[in-house]
Amino acid sequence: MQQFIDTTLSGLAQGMVFAAFALALVLIWRSTRIVNFAQGSMAMATTFVALALVHAGWNYWLAFVVALVSGFVLGAVVERVIIRRVEGGPELNAVIVTLGLFVAIQAAVAIIAGSSFQSFPAPFGLRGFTIGGNTIALTPNRVFVIVAVLVTMGLLVALFRFTRVGLAMRAAAFGQEVARLLGVRVGRMLTLGWALAAVVGSLAGLLIAGGSFVYPAYMDSLIVFGFVAAVLGGLDSPIGAVVGGLVLGLALAYVSAYFGGSSVVNLAALVILVVVLLVRPGGLFASTQARRA
Amino acid sequence: MPDTAVAGTPGTTRTHGATLEVRDLTTSYGPVRALDAVSLTAEPGRITAVLGANGAGKTSLLRTVSGLVRSTSGTVLLDGEDITKSPVESMVTRGMAHVPEGRGVIAELTVEENLRVGALFRGKVGREEYDRVYDLFPRLVERRDNPAHTLSGGERQMLVIGRALLARPRILLLDEPSLGLAPRIVAQIFGLLRQLVDAEGLSVLLVEQNARSALSVADVGIVLNLGRIVATDDARTLMADEDLRHAYLGF
Repeated sequence: MQQFIDTTLSGLAQGMVFAAFALALVLIWRSTRIVNFAQGSMAMATTFVALALVHAGWNYWLAFVVALVSGFVLGAVVERVIIRRVEGGPELNAVIVTLGLFVAIQAAVAIIAGSSFQSFPAPFGLRGFTIGGNTIALTPNRVFVIVAVLVTMGLLVALFRFTRVGLAMRAAAFGQEVARLLGVRVGRMLTLGWALAAVVGSLAGLLIAGGSFVYPAYMDSLIVFGFVAAVLGGLDSPIGAVVGGLVLGLALAYVSAYFGGSSVVNLAALVILVVVLLVRPGGLFASTQARRA
Repeated sequence: MPDTAVAGTPGTTRTHGATLEVRDLTTSYGPVRALDAVSLTAEPGRITAVLGANGAGKTSLLRTVSGLVRSTSGTVLLDGEDITKSPVESMVTRGMAHVPEGRGVIAELTVEENLRVGALFRGKVGREEYDRVYDLFPRLVERRDNPAHTLSGGERQMLVIGRALLARPRILLLDEPSLGLAPRIVAQIFGLLRQLVDAEGLSVLLVEQNARSALSVADVGIVLNLGRIVATDDARTLMADEDLRHAYLGF
């Protein structure tokens, strides 16, 4: 029983990070119909920004905020300077460009920061809470991870649902031409969408780095899991991304604990992906309604 | 600057009268000329119908006027101001609303959200303006919170016209509003359009394949064929010209 609870708790915390990463992918897919394969290395780069600042003696939270801001700027610059040229073109162009960015950013960080493992501080304790004499797998840091992702999702929902700029972003994403005719500055909205997605991706990178090691390729497995989570959710649905992330986090935790250990986790993630796509090709949360502009 | 453009009330008479003036507009898609030196005017308080068969250049005309497609030569004047090179996004702030072909609802947004997008550029818009749209199209009221993809064709057309009106345009470009609609709904929508034009001095440039319905509501008719204007006249005169009707309008 203890093991089950521990597994569930660590699965939830992992799943939250997957959810955040998947959400970042979905935000970009929804607005520009591009799968951003560079998401992981962009997040990695901003985590290294935070690490450099912490090493320079900055307060963790200040470094955390600066990293998120740098994610915002990086996302905006990437969209405006690079992605804008392939938007609306053949899909393969965007795929190749984001894959190229993925490699380029990773290489650039390796050149600047080196490719050795460096420990990244955790803002909260890594020792589990004690309940009735038992130490459970829920650590203060995991609570922080879960709360941080939930707050971010709440803010995004509020942005899209209740603000004018959120409405403009949705209009730009769902009906580019109509939105332009209605005076929405679509280009600006797409840039903003990429910037916000990069912030959410950076958050996932910072959270998974906390109390662990970072190196230029440390996000690679998260890219796979985040992508699986996003596709599970239907790639178009923010709620689907969150549920997909949680489902995947829990499933992988159980697989790791009960069926053969951590070595089969990657395999399990892909098996889940294949099964879901066979049963529900549009993902768990695909709307049955075809898109019509 | 956009503010002053919006403030201009419908029906403001200018010295030369026309809300929209198109001079020698030519648009090409590669080697194909979609528009060939087209000139026309649209005046306040009048419905100008542009008619012609499929591929005559009707949609290209509207898309060039609103800047979605760039012309190869010619000028577009809105209240005397040259807007030929202005970005699409600025048109609505200048007083031009373009309702594209195929009922440009944003399918994923609700009816109310679609309306709100139409008024976004104006900043705060009073509830009474939304209520006015719902008064014009009562069928939209009960569908207010439904996603627009659940609407029928007629309801979509009402929504996009209502949304365009929320921009308080001085000129409305309408692309094939009758497409795929039952004749009763077409008559209803055209009737309403006539009322709006008469009551508020709105100028309408209406593109239609359904020439008979369009001429019955329009003041002026323009017949396009292969990108060129072959006739411009009073709607009633065009209606009476049997040869022209047979040759270009198919009725």
